[in-house]
Amino acid sequence: MSSVILRTATRLLLPLLLVFSAFILLRGHNEPGGGFIGGLLSAGALSAYALAWGPAEARRVLRVDPRTLLGAGLLCVCAAAFAGIAAGREVLTGLWAPFEVPGLGKVSTVLLFDLGVHLGVVGATLSILFNLGED
Amino acid sequence: MLWTILLLFGLAAAAPLVAKFAKGASGWLLAAGPAAILFAYLAQLPILPGESRSEVWEWVPGLGVELRFVLDGLSATFTLLITGIGALVLVYAGGYMAGKAKLGQLLSYLLLFLGSMLGLVLSDNTIALFVFWELTSISSYLLIGLDHERESVRSAALKALLVTGGGGLLLLGGFVLLGIAAGDLGLKGADAFSISALADLDLSAHGLYPAIMVLVAIGAFTKSAQAPFHFWLPQAMAAPTPVSALLHSATMVKAGIFLLARLHPALGGTDLWTALLVPVGAVTMLGAAITALGQRDKKRILAYSTVSVLGILVTLLGAGTVVAIEAAVVLLVAHAFYKAALFMVAGNVDHGAGTRDVTLLSGLRKAMPFTFAAGAVAALSMAGAPPMFGFVGKELFYGKLVTAEARSTLLILVAVATNVALVAAALLVALRPFVGSSAGVAKNAHEVSAPMLVGPLILAAAGLFVGLFPDVFDATLGSAMATAIAGQRVDMHLALWHGLNPTALGVMGLSAATLVLGAMVYHRTRRLLAPLAEALSRLRAIGPETWYEKGLAGLVTGSDRVTRGIQTGYLRHYVLAVVVAAVVLAAPPLLRSLPGAAPLFPEAPRPHEALLVAVAAASAVAAMVLRSRTAAIAALGATGAVIAMLFLLFSAPDLSITQIMVETLSVILLVLVLSRLPRLVTRSSRSRRIADLAVATLAGGTMALLAIAATTVSLDPEAARFFAAASYTEAQGRNVVNVVLVDFRALDTMGEIFVVAAAGFGIHALLRLAPETGGAA
Repeated sequence: MSSVILRTATRLLLPLLLVFSAFILLRGHNEPGGGFIGGLLSAGALSAYALAWGPAEARRVLRVDPRTLLGAGLLCVCAAAFAGIAAGREVLTGLWAPFEVPGLGKVSTVLLFDLGVHLGVVGATLSILFNLGED
Repeated sequence: MLWTILLLFGLAAAAPLVAKFAKGASGWLLAAGPAAILFAYLAQLPILPGESRSEVWEWVPGLGVELRFVLDGLSATFTLLITGIGALVLVYAGGYMAGKAKLGQLLSYLLLFLGSMLGLVLSDNTIALFVFWELTSISSYLLIGLDHERESVRSAALKALLVTGGGGLLLLGGFVLLGIAAGDLGLKGADAFSISALADLDLSAHGLYPAIMVLVAIGAFTKSAQAPFHFWLPQAMAAPTPVSALLHSATMVKAGIFLLARLHPALGGTDLWTALLVPVGAVTMLGAAITALGQRDKKRILAYSTVSVLGILVTLLGAGTVVAIEAAVVLLVAHAFYKAALFMVAGNVDHGAGTRDVTLLSGLRKAMPFTFAAGAVAALSMAGAPPMFGFVGKELFYGKLVTAEARSTLLILVAVATNVALVAAALLVALRPFVGSSAGVAKNAHEVSAPMLVGPLILAAAGLFVGLFPDVFDATLGSAMATAIAGQRVDMHLALWHGLNPTALGVMGLSAATLVLGAMVYHRTRRLLAPLAEALSRLRAIGPETWYEKGLAGLVTGSDRVTRGIQTGYLRHYVLAVVVAAVVLAAPPLLRSLPGAAPLFPEAPRPHEALLVAVAAASAVAAMVLRSRTAAIAALGATGAVIAMLFLLFSAPDLSITQIMVETLSVILLVLVLSRLPRLVTRSSRSRRIADLAVATLAGGTMALLAIAATTVSLDPEAARFFAAASYTEAQGRNVVNVVLVDFRALDTMGEIFVVAAAGFGIHALLRLAPETGGAA
């Protein structure tokens, strides 16, 4: 689909939406949002881009293979799960850092878990979408 | 005791590396492990009758599964046999496979097998025992299938796995029932699965007893190759000789015998026990002994003679009297020594002379003197000739039959015939290849290397030593073993010579007659072989092995047919199946719950709500009737967007955002896929379309029912209150929905994200990986 309007719009919207998705991920613990919604948002932004510019171009912009994102997401989730065990608590117990990171606020393994969900959703959705769009 | 098992597993993991660097010496090096364990357990001797040392490690306390190990006479004997013969087999394997690429693999599998076997005999918990039992099946599958490049080897390995694995499943069923019965009789938690605790119960009075007994017996029969499950064992000959020696002597096939012996105090002593075990054992021992004489391959002769001895052991355990158990104890140990030795001798002959065919072999005594010596001594034990341990065992066996309260002439005849055949078989494998003219294959034969002689010589010598001094055995171990099996104190007094009393004379007469008859049969074997082999092949055509093969083939063709029927390759068929199944399963209970449902509209909808619903319904109808694909997709998207707004109206912002995002992605996905399809035209017949309409209406109706029913379910308000209250105090988050997702119910989310990942990778595999045979991608 080579509509000029769509192409220009997606090019401008993509970085904005990606930043917004990160914001949604971070605020999720206290306000509506979270890793799942953030992941869908990122995936939506990138797939709109793929729709306008073609999956090959979207892959180039993304730089990493969606499957790598998917793997990284699973890794984050597992790391968050095992952190609880490593600390001698139950599996998946949330561990909170005793300090605040400027810009992020309170960091915890729960955030890591949410990040994993985020990456997993992006990776899986884009992997499916690019593959379907390409053949 | 746990460390010994873990050590063997650890060595199994290290074996390929060791074989890579130590090459020829790796057999010796790795044998140090089981040898060390052997001495550790030898240091525990003597074990007195009734004595048992136990060790408990928690495993799955919630399910009553624990690693409870018991060292008593029974497990100690097996432990010594497994580690002792295991060490010798490892040394032998190092020589047998010297320079071959698969040496590391073989040594690794052997050690894995030894570890599993050790765990099996030491376990006192039925579930743990079952786990080790299955591990032995799996490791023997790997061992038998070592030369997996050959088709016959693969099918032999699979046969062993399916038969013993199938029996294993029944055994698990038996163990579960046993646990239930033990629970009924008052045992709690892990005690219900503890074998030593079971012995004090009166299980035979429980209603489940017959089922337990049959399941456990079939498990033992498959593992110990009893008729009609015997056919996998001779097939397992495909394995290299060290494997055969291990499988057939002390270990794999004795696992079934061990199980029966171990459970005898708990399950034995009933009519059912005897009625199950004695006939099966008797048929097996005679049938296999005769079959052994119809073979040309030394290893096959030995394999069938193994089956026969296992039959004898089952018969003796089935009888269950003190004398029978003493006989079983002695025969089991004697058999482990001589059979392992004879298998190694067979491997040596194969190595030195290039064939195992007894009709071709002769005159090897000069070329292979040490192998001959080891074979001759071991064969004496197998034939039950004095002064070997095998003789002591056979005397006890005959003694049991002659003195039994219900003396059975038939059983005595079967036993004598079996032993006659075993004598002939012993002569066939250990005498025939070495005597006679050395003109044929013997000309180029040579003696084998030291590692391949150590094993058979030590084992043959051990059989001779225990035969000469049987009282050493019964004082240190034998009585304790018989006591553990019998469940009552047994003091064995083994001897070569029983004095001059009528019973002893009768037994000696039977023994002498057996030896003479056996020698006579041996002299006729050349003429007997051809007709016997032919008769056996005819019998095989109607026997259990043929059933197995037909069953396996039928399974393959059957599933092929079912698959072709179900997997049409048309997406519409799959969707139809899923939708119809969902409707059929979900609609009836939903309909039943309907009368009690709350009124659809408890209060009149506000105007803007009504408007939204009307828009959603209109776009749904539009999606159906629009002829342009893009327009239909847009209409579908509009429905979703309206629903997202409804969520927002009813204060569920997270749900609403998610709905919007999912809806957007679906639209993009559909556009990507559907924009490639040709223009929409109607091809289906009118009746087809009406049927589709009916299915669609039903599916939509069911979803509507589900939505209505969902509003009537009264959720526990306590849960909502808990999450709302604990969200901030315990999980430091104010967004309850997200806190539930990533903290309280994080395990669910974790499972879901893995499912998402599997779907992503699966679709990638479907679309990107080139199909093998040009199917549609």
